[in-house]
Amino acid sequence: MIEVENLRVRFGRGKGAVEAVRGLSFAVKERETFGLVGESGSGKSTVLRALCGLVRDFEGTIRVASEAQRRTRTDEFHRLVQMVFQDPFGSLHPRHTVDRILGEPIAIQRLGNADLRIARALFEVGLGPSFRFRYPHQLSGGQRQRVSIARALIVEPRILLLDEPTSALDVSVQAEILNLLMRLRRERALTTILVSHNLAVVGHLCDRLLVMNAGRAVEEMTAEDLRTGAPREEYTQALLRASEGYRRL
Amino acid sequence: MSSRSGLPAQAAVHAFSAFGIVAQTAATFAGLLLITFLIGRVLPIDPVLAAVGERASADVYEKVRVELGLNLPLHVQFWNYAVKVLHGDLGRSVLTANPVLTDIRRVFPATLELATLGTLIGVLLGVPIGVVAAARRGGFIDRVARVFALFGYSVPIFWLGLMGLLLFYARLGWVLGPGRIDVAYDEVVAPLTGALLVDSALRGEWEVFRNALGHIVLPAAVLGWLSLAYISRMTRSFLLAELGEEYVTTARVKGLSEWRVIVRHALRNALVPLVTVIALSYATLLEGSVLTETVFAWPGLGMYITNSLLSADMNAVLGGTLVVGCVFIGLNLLSDLVYRLVDPRVR
Repeated sequence: MIEVENLRVRFGRGKGAVEAVRGLSFAVKERETFGLVGESGSGKSTVLRALCGLVRDFEGTIRVASEAQRRTRTDEFHRLVQMVFQDPFGSLHPRHTVDRILGEPIAIQRLGNADLRIARALFEVGLGPSFRFRYPHQLSGGQRQRVSIARALIVEPRILLLDEPTSALDVSVQAEILNLLMRLRRERALTTILVSHNLAVVGHLCDRLLVMNAGRAVEEMTAEDLRTGAPREEYTQALLRASEGYRRL
Repeated sequence: MSSRSGLPAQAAVHAFSAFGIVAQTAATFAGLLLITFLIGRVLPIDPVLAAVGERASADVYEKVRVELGLNLPLHVQFWNYAVKVLHGDLGRSVLTANPVLTDIRRVFPATLELATLGTLIGVLLGVPIGVVAAARRGGFIDRVARVFALFGYSVPIFWLGLMGLLLFYARLGWVLGPGRIDVAYDEVVAPLTGALLVDSALRGEWEVFRNALGHIVLPAAVLGWLSLAYISRMTRSFLLAELGEEYVTTARVKGLSEWRVIVRHALRNALVPLVTVIALSYATLLEGSVLTETVFAWPGLGMYITNSLLSADMNAVLGGTLVVGCVFIGLNLLSDLVYRLVDPRVR
């Protein structure tokens, strides 16, 4: 469903240029949930941004549904691929109601039946009709992230890109959002790429994962390998140890 | 249940907020009254002497001093001043012998017309230039806009006016000279609003309209450049801040074209603080662009206050200052209301 070959992304020019992604390759099968893991600055979010067209200048090949992607993306692409961002506070337009936020993608894709779709999308993410005409500042962090997920899914995409969707939320809300994502992925047979620095989240949600460091792939493994604590590379082992938290000496 | 009880609570919040705005405006106006009153008392200009002349006898001087109420305690004088102002009595001008309010009614429309046209030029050109500069950050248009704005900021406005007159009036003859209208057309159109362009258009006097336009276009362009410089830089700055927000990235992911993202999402949010900038810029031009009005012999409020000050006509100076202050307060209030109207977070 998604194939990335020798992806390179560079920001800036000359001596000050930063190579955020350095020759990354991976493939994600249909209905698979794939994780991109790494510490901050490893380039995992940049990969996601290149995939959905937010980073236009890249080298290498990105193929989505067997179609090679160029600098600009078509309406069909945005119908096929949608993304949920990390920050539920910043990713929703502050002066648009939930109704308008959800209605805009429907209008862009000329889907029709906006009322019905919006009501259904809110229901699917566990929000009642009373939320429809509220503004983002009138919602909690978890409710906002549910609106973000509804916004992404309202055009019925086959691929969902998740950029650390729970890292800005309280621990109690994180579990709710993760369970919601798991349910939606199952019900809608979504192909998903999840970016996270939280190995527990990735192990819980993903089938396979790729560990990244400094823009390069370190190791690809299954979630089962992660859970049984059998990573090969030293960097992955260090990442795993770090995710276990502090230990009292 | 909660939604039902929420409505009166929301109405109470709105009422409290409206009361706060009214109270704030009233307090600012009271402060303005006090300041203008104190200016009149602190300045080394004797209002009695200005009224009676240097050759008046001591008896006449004392009689006028009592008539003007200057023998009363300061707080009583302030009270009398405030009551008179609130009744629309700004005193009588020594220079013109008219009530100050009558004079201001005569000169203010000229300033209003000039400042409005200047602001229109500033907004209609400044906002698009700022938008393009932000959208093409670091590009050719951005660099040209920066230099253009820098000129607007840094070149003294009187020099710009003089050079404008020299080039476009004296050399090229593209515009008409100083003044608001040629003597031949003076008082041809009976005033409706006081703004010559509007009045002549409403009366269908197109020859007068063309003449007035020929006179106003250069001073308005000079003021417009100043306004444009400020508004274009602020538009660029506010828009860049908005373009860095994640909701803009969300809009791109939705599949909107880049220009729609800029205009429909980022610019609309950037316009919220820009309203205040435009209002303040307008107020600055309305306060009487003294130098511009002097260079172009424009019979507006700035020139009226300047001439009054040079003649020690304090009633006129303080009356003019009060009007300028009221314009500031009014435009601030307006921008505050617009802010509340367009941004649901501050309603």
